[in-house]
Amino acid sequence: MSAGTPDLAALAVGQSIGTRTVEVDRRTLVRYAGASGDLNPIHWNERFAVEVGLPGVIAHGMFTMGTAVTLVADWAGDPGAVVEYGTRFTRPVPVPDPGTAVLQVEGVVGAIDLEARTVRVDLTVTSEGARVLGKAQATVRL
Amino acid sequence: MAVNTAFAGRSYAPTEAYQVGREHVRAFAAAVLADHPAHHDVAAARALGHPDVVAPPTYAVVIAQLAEAQLVQDPEAGIDFSRVVHADERFVHHRPIHAGDELVTTLHVDSITERAGLAMVTTRCEIAAADGEPVATVVSTLAVRGESS
Repeated sequence: MSAGTPDLAALAVGQSIGTRTVEVDRRTLVRYAGASGDLNPIHWNERFAVEVGLPGVIAHGMFTMGTAVTLVADWAGDPGAVVEYGTRFTRPVPVPDPGTAVLQVEGVVGAIDLEARTVRVDLTVTSEGARVLGKAQATVRL
Repeated sequence: MAVNTAFAGRSYAPTEAYQVGREHVRAFAAAVLADHPAHHDVAAARALGHPDVVAPPTYAVVIAQLAEAQLVQDPEAGIDFSRVVHADERFVHHRPIHAGDELVTTLHVDSITERAGLAMVTTRCEIAAADGEPVATVVSTLAVRGESS
């Protein structure tokens, strides 16, 4: 984080910006529910989640989206450098109890705009080998 | 009841100002496991040119969902939340959100489309500072399953 800003001129499309592994348990979800104000019971109430046809309690898509982009913010050296970020939610992440779900996050430079001084980072986020976010892309201004 | 497509194209009056609190920025950052010092330490944020701790890139969802409640919690809109799946989300930051910001949100229902028993509801929240300066645009799509599926 203190390594500073990446050198735009030295970046290449396809280059990895790194990886991150995130372990998620029920406590993680309760904390996100409280901090975000998203109190949908599918994220903390097993009975309710099963009743609405889910395999069990699932992570907030916005938690997965929010934690995945920390890789980009840390790489950029400033979370305020993230000027655009979007994703589709393609697959729910069941979070067992007891136990944890594991998210694997990887970022690759997808595009570079030297004039605008922006870099698009394409994120791959998987759980148990399956992609849980689709077309997750963050643009940073360096 | 089905999603009311007549809500497509509707815009709402700007919300009351939302005050971004420093401890809330810290709590939200902790909740998404964002440990960059600029979220937590005022001096570290200022060293990067921010006036106060900077909110994580997805923090704007907190503000957006309060505005979206005007639609989602309106019985006339027919959005049954037990049938809702979040389909996609996109943020454009015109500038970072900081502790101390007072932000006003204008909700637009950009589209409601129905296909194969699924209604796709796309909303757009334009978040601005009290003086009108654009801060963030949040586009969110919910997929609402029909009664029969």
